[in-house]
Amino acid sequence: MIEILLRSVFIDNMVFAYFLGMCSYLAVSKNVKTAFGLGLAVCFVLTVTVPVNYLIDKYLLREGALAWLSDSFSATDLSFLSLILFIAVIAGIVQLLEMVFERYLPALNMALGIFLPLIAVNCAILGGSLFMQERNFPTVAHSLAYAVGSGIGWLLAITAFAAIRERLKYAKIPPTLQGNGIAYIITGLLGMGFMCFLGM
Amino acid sequence: MKKYLGPLSKDNPILVQTLGVCSALAVTAQLKPAVVMALSVTVVCACSNLIISLIRNTIPPRIRIIVQLLVVSFFVIVVDQVLQAMLYDVSKILSVFVGLIITNCIIMGRLEAFALSHKPLPSLMDGVMNGLGYGLVLVVVAFFRELLGSGTLWNYPVIPQSWYAAGYLNNGLMILPPMALILIGVIIWIKNGTIKRQL
Repeated sequence: MIEILLRSVFIDNMVFAYFLGMCSYLAVSKNVKTAFGLGLAVCFVLTVTVPVNYLIDKYLLREGALAWLSDSFSATDLSFLSLILFIAVIAGIVQLLEMVFERYLPALNMALGIFLPLIAVNCAILGGSLFMQERNFPTVAHSLAYAVGSGIGWLLAITAFAAIRERLKYAKIPPTLQGNGIAYIITGLLGMGFMCFLGM
Repeated sequence: MKKYLGPLSKDNPILVQTLGVCSALAVTAQLKPAVVMALSVTVVCACSNLIISLIRNTIPPRIRIIVQLLVVSFFVIVVDQVLQAMLYDVSKILSVFVGLIITNCIIMGRLEAFALSHKPLPSLMDGVMNGLGYGLVLVVVAFFRELLGSGTLWNYPVIPQSWYAAGYLNNGLMILPPMALILIGVIIWIKNGTIKRQL
């Protein structure tokens, strides 16, 4: 399980290996503080949604998953519904979390507040659930380890990137490369750095 | 007509609006999956733009995101099932990235920015053109990555054997994920240098 955790942080890093959550990664990395906030929110939502989707996949959608209901369902395969169900679960949980935070944890809500609604359409979250489905983890705990790992990996990536971008304000960049151009190239270079973990 | 051509060059969703990068890069190691992906996104974008535009006056604004997600995921499921039935090998390569079309920001962005406020026919056109603009970048990146990385195009070898005999090597780095990002960066660089954006 530790292996899954470390693997999803460093080797299968959401941003550098699969480019997930790229849109918000590029848009919200202008300074370290907000980047960290968004990273935390992604981490949190992943940790909640992936295990929930794991249970849904295991007990409702997969081929033969409905066998616990009655024998006549043992051949049903509902996996084509997984996309629509996963996205509904994610949107629902994000909405729910927002309401809970607002009521009980106003401080956290202030920190994550504006990012939470954005997260429903962040590819990293849906990607986490889909990769979880593809990898067939044996227990909920494994999927939880995977979710936490991916979340931390994303947090790490966006914070590092934001720090570099802050520093870039003082660098001389060719005018045609400024903005997105250099952002992509830096991400690529960071990704290359992360590839060193491949042999671990 | 001219206003629809924007997404192909100066308003390109990937290069200028930085939308839809998420899934764009992971599928560009080879040309074939990139083309399939581009077509899928175009179809989904056009169809969902059309549907949302048709029902735009009946969607309550508070729940419009959910409605959009449902419409988009409906089309994505259709595309996914078609791919699995007709092009199984490609759908294996694309794996989760077909599903991730749902959260592709281009589609959500066009629904929010265009389809909700325009008539069905222009929305359909807008969806098609944005899908194609996205596809264009995908195909260009995939072309270079496959050519330089594996020496093939559409799985056919194009680099002659004599070159290999003379010491030419495929650049293995091109296949790895980071190169996709760097290539996009370079494309943006070239584009900014040549096409003047009208502000």
